[in-house]
Amino acid sequence: MEYVNPEGLRLDGRRFNEMRQIVAEVGVVSKADGSAVFEMGNTKVIAAVYGPREIQNKSLQKKNDHALVLCEYSMAQFSTGDRRRQKFDRRSTELSLVIRQTMEACILTELLPHSQIDIFLQVLQADGGTRSACINAATLALADAGIPMRDLAVSCSAGYLNSTPLLDLNYVEDSAGGADVTVGILPKLDKVTLLQMDAKLPMETFETVFALASEGCKAIAERIREVLQENTKQLEYRRAA
Amino acid sequence: MGKLREVELLLNQTQKVRFERAMERLQSRTNNSVIVADSIPFNHDEAFLKGHGTSLVDGESLTTVCGVVNHVDKLVYVRTLRARYKAEVGDIVVGRVIEVAQSRWRVELNSTQDGLLTSMNMPDAVQKRNTSVDELNMRNILVEDDVVCAQVGESQRDGSLQLLLARSHKYGKLHKGQLLKVDPYLVRRSNLHFHFIESLGIDLILGRNGFIWVGEHAQSNDPMVVDNEIISSKTRQSILRIGNAIRVLSTLGFTLTPAVIMETFNLSHTENVQIHDMLGSEFHVLVTEREAERRTRA
Repeated sequence: MEYVNPEGLRLDGRRFNEMRQIVAEVGVVSKADGSAVFEMGNTKVIAAVYGPREIQNKSLQKKNDHALVLCEYSMAQFSTGDRRRQKFDRRSTELSLVIRQTMEACILTELLPHSQIDIFLQVLQADGGTRSACINAATLALADAGIPMRDLAVSCSAGYLNSTPLLDLNYVEDSAGGADVTVGILPKLDKVTLLQMDAKLPMETFETVFALASEGCKAIAERIREVLQENTKQLEYRRAA
Repeated sequence: MGKLREVELLLNQTQKVRFERAMERLQSRTNNSVIVADSIPFNHDEAFLKGHGTSLVDGESLTTVCGVVNHVDKLVYVRTLRARYKAEVGDIVVGRVIEVAQSRWRVELNSTQDGLLTSMNMPDAVQKRNTSVDELNMRNILVEDDVVCAQVGESQRDGSLQLLLARSHKYGKLHKGQLLKVDPYLVRRSNLHFHFIESLGIDLILGRNGFIWVGEHAQSNDPMVVDNEIISSKTRQSILRIGNAIRVLSTLGFTLTPAVIMETFNLSHTENVQIHDMLGSEFHVLVTEREAERRTRA
């Protein structure tokens, strides 16, 4: 099947280095300490953060002077085409672990001893790139909750089909069987916190695809910064008296 | 314009225009707000102390939270907006008892940890050891869902948060009223946290943790004695009206001071707004306009 036509257009009309449209919003779950909705094209994810609060289950606490970070990723049963039978399967467990490790590396847990931070991620619509959307939504929600972080963790994916590196794969391109590289970076500190790949790629191709995904991450970081700046500014204007 | 958090107000066209116009008047020209990982501009000549919300990375100062940068003498820090309450010794807080544990009560405070009340901190406690009778008696003093007002004490060695009930009739169990939860950043630190509104006979306690108590004025000197008289209908309505005024102000994100709360309360009287209509869109727009007016005048 042709994923990139001779003119260089993909199935949805994008070029190889174009991302899908991003919509980000903060403060959507009123009961949570921090929350956000993040959309990349048709992929829509909602994140809710509770904390830092009293540790509920003392047996989980491993490091006494650091905060405990718990993460739960789940896909709504209506998020994919066929109604999903189980909410929690192996993939959800793996993604919960991966996202928890990414966010834990970025939160300054030593500033919040004896407490617990819960991150809940729910995928409302899945069209490829859900783990990237989840990390971006979690970053927004943690910033909204006022939890101290080293930097904003942002994530994007890229792949390789028809001998072309492609940025931000949707579900059809992801299922094509080519490589899918997910990258998570801390833009200001210029560090990589997450790197995952399916399938195989020769080394030079991998470097090209990785560079493309990193560029995508930087663009997402810009968008996230805009949303947070506007939100903080508005809250401060309203509060100040 | 950011979306309002608690309530999705359904504003019709005229209300939308009035609301946005009032919000525009609230915008100020100065903008000290920062977000995560912003570099903080500071003068390299003076030796700066880096306070909360900052971190030193490769010789550059970065922020770690979203908020507003403040400079106080040589201290630079970032004040967060939406974070949970950070307990400081001596603060007045209001909390709800969530558990009666072995020899102490666990109190919910909207903070990073729950507060702990022991019978050592009760107003009538002499320095005595806890006997088994005292432990069995705990439920006669405070049970789950009781609301208490206390002062934050020194932090313990294991990091738990201790609360104290001082020997004064102002602290202690609160009853005959309503507990409201708002964001802690809307309650300013001030010398006076207990407000007695004489004209209505109502106590207003603004806890620094964002829990606010509105209730009938406590007459009795002993905070643990429960007065079982039924509150009069007039007092009850005043309590509800003040409660709704606080809810509206917190939805709109305006700082809560007793003056602002009473102004909103009076506004609802002059505009003849029913108590349940106070949570409707028209009253929200009125309060926003009045606040814009108040700030441009000040």
